[in-house]
Amino acid sequence: MKDFLKELIEIPGVSGYEAEIAGYIANEFRQHCDEVVTDPFYNVYGIKRGAGDKSNPKVMLAAHMDEIALMVKDIDKSGFLRFTNIGGVDQRILLAQEVIVHGRDKLTGIVAVMPPHLLSPEDASRAIEMKDMYIDLGLPCERVKELVQVGDLITFKSPLVSMLGSFVNGKSIDDRAGVVILNEVMKELDKLVYQAEVCCVATVQEEVGTRGAIISTYRAEPDIGIAIDVTHGDTPDASKDDTYAMDKGIVVCKGPNMHPGLTERFLEIAREYRMDCQVAVSPRPTGTDARSMQISRAGVPTILVEIPLRYMHTTVETLNLDHIKSVARLIALFIASLKEGWQEWLRY
Amino acid sequence: MVEVLKRLAEARGVTGNENEVRDIILELARPLADECYVDRIGNVIAKKKGSKGGRKVMIAAHMDEIGFIISRISDNGMLRFLPVGGIDQRILVSKRVLVGKDRVPGVIGVKAIHLQEPDERRKVINQKQMYIDIGARSREEAEKVVKIGDYASFDSDFVCFGDNKVKSKALDDRAGCSILLELLKDTYECDLYACFTVQEEIGLRGAEVAAYHIEPDLGLVVEGTTCADLPDVPDHLHTTRMGKGPAISFMDNSSIANKDLFKRMVKTAEDNSIPYQIKENVAGGNDAGRIQTSRSGVPTVVVSVPCRYIHSPSSVMDLDDFKNTHLLIQKFLKGVEA
Repeated sequence: MKDFLKELIEIPGVSGYEAEIAGYIANEFRQHCDEVVTDPFYNVYGIKRGAGDKSNPKVMLAAHMDEIALMVKDIDKSGFLRFTNIGGVDQRILLAQEVIVHGRDKLTGIVAVMPPHLLSPEDASRAIEMKDMYIDLGLPCERVKELVQVGDLITFKSPLVSMLGSFVNGKSIDDRAGVVILNEVMKELDKLVYQAEVCCVATVQEEVGTRGAIISTYRAEPDIGIAIDVTHGDTPDASKDDTYAMDKGIVVCKGPNMHPGLTERFLEIAREYRMDCQVAVSPRPTGTDARSMQISRAGVPTILVEIPLRYMHTTVETLNLDHIKSVARLIALFIASLKEGWQEWLRY
Repeated sequence: MVEVLKRLAEARGVTGNENEVRDIILELARPLADECYVDRIGNVIAKKKGSKGGRKVMIAAHMDEIGFIISRISDNGMLRFLPVGGIDQRILVSKRVLVGKDRVPGVIGVKAIHLQEPDERRKVINQKQMYIDIGARSREEAEKVVKIGDYASFDSDFVCFGDNKVKSKALDDRAGCSILLELLKDTYECDLYACFTVQEEIGLRGAEVAAYHIEPDLGLVVEGTTCADLPDVPDHLHTTRMGKGPAISFMDNSSIANKDLFKRMVKTAEDNSIPYQIKENVAGGNDAGRIQTSRSGVPTVVVSVPCRYIHSPSSVMDLDDFKNTHLLIQKFLKGVEA
């Protein structure tokens, strides 16, 4: 499971450019489900048919495969690259960061920074804007122009690192961890008897507006939706109101974006199996795939399950791997509990 | 030479904790030197007797690198730290570090962009607000692997990239250390004292001690130096330019080069067709400042390898500059009469 995550985060999968990672995910899914479909946008659907008949629900799970990144905007006359962002990148994490520029080859680059010896006190207290930064490829300008074009993608170089206990850090764990959960749910389901048809979708373009979920939910036409994403883990510099403990279980979100009956049912199952859950609230449509799943076609009752993640959208996103196992187990148990009369849970 | 540089750059030697670097240097210098010892402050001195002997040349490169020291372990298991040496606090966010002897992996994080107010995103985060997260869930858990006073260094591997470039932490001044080790393979007319100094980054303290007990006739410092040949940086602040050869200093914030030695270094480069540049800006200081004023004074000169993004986890150096720096100093030393 950790190996899958490690491999996943090293494969580039920038929003809108998911072909490579989609292929990799499809291959992995194929080992654990009845059918794998990849749509023209590179959403990957892993379908498992349960023991039930047509009267049983179709459940769609969604976790996004795309990652935030940078893009080449201009090539300077001395061969340095100007760049812009794809998705929400905090400009303050960029200085002296190692990146991979996806030109004709994969090129190592460094986000340039002035040496502290030459900084005036005013300069040192000013955050540099992304538009004033550039990437050094260590190549002369002519060579850069042969290898790189405006519009080429730039991803961060930050492979998975194990920390104390079951903590890990790296880039793009938002939401490759969710994709790993999809895979784990499929494995867990093999240990259970379940009636539902389950469609695990690794979605594209979440970071730029949950576009993959819009398309894939329409296509899958589920009765029930479960979005799996990360939420903010607790850190000393963030308010406790906005964050969740890294070791007190998974997070279940409540609010208008989520179906109240189904969410209660999910929490009941958690209680039944004595699994820790933290409850989050969102008074607005969430920034996750759940946002679009809920209003697909004639509407899909949707729940949102999240894992706390520290330093979201940085190169050192930090996560507790224990949560991956527990959330996968819980989702599988929830699916297995969908038996005759499941429609009752959806009534208002 | 590049293999040695990689080994030294990946070793950790934050000022005051140069052990890993010192051990490698002792291992590599011992077979090459006539005498090799560690002095009272922790400098490694490798002495190579000259073919004629007599004149004592001290050549210095510092072993220490900038980094962090753990100052407090919080109840929530996060580590508070202080910078060791000159670090631009703006580069610290979202970087990896290794803490303590056992290299416990940690990250310097920041709350997610989603949780920041718009004006926060434009503000520099003060280093005092930062913390290192090692994944400990409590003070007790952290204390099992980290103690107050442990050192932390950037976690950054040595990578060859671009056009004969390398990227690593601590090229300042493991580049100099590697060059000194290479120089020890040769013999010269003069007696050579290769000094791998400690505590350069917090005030040139190792060199002060070494110069006193060596009592050299001549001092030479090999550094990794500032290179700001970047777009948007005015020409006069470039200081040095990557790929243009070793940089010879006429002056920096700590010393003014001895005029004769400076001229001689330039002539050596020209006579041997070795590319060189003059360090154009008076910035930074180095061990020469202390060697020059040791006892009744020592003529000194500084030669440096240009390093972009110095004092960051990703400093960048041109390998030709590195090799030419060695070549220039080798030729220079060959020409120093006994």
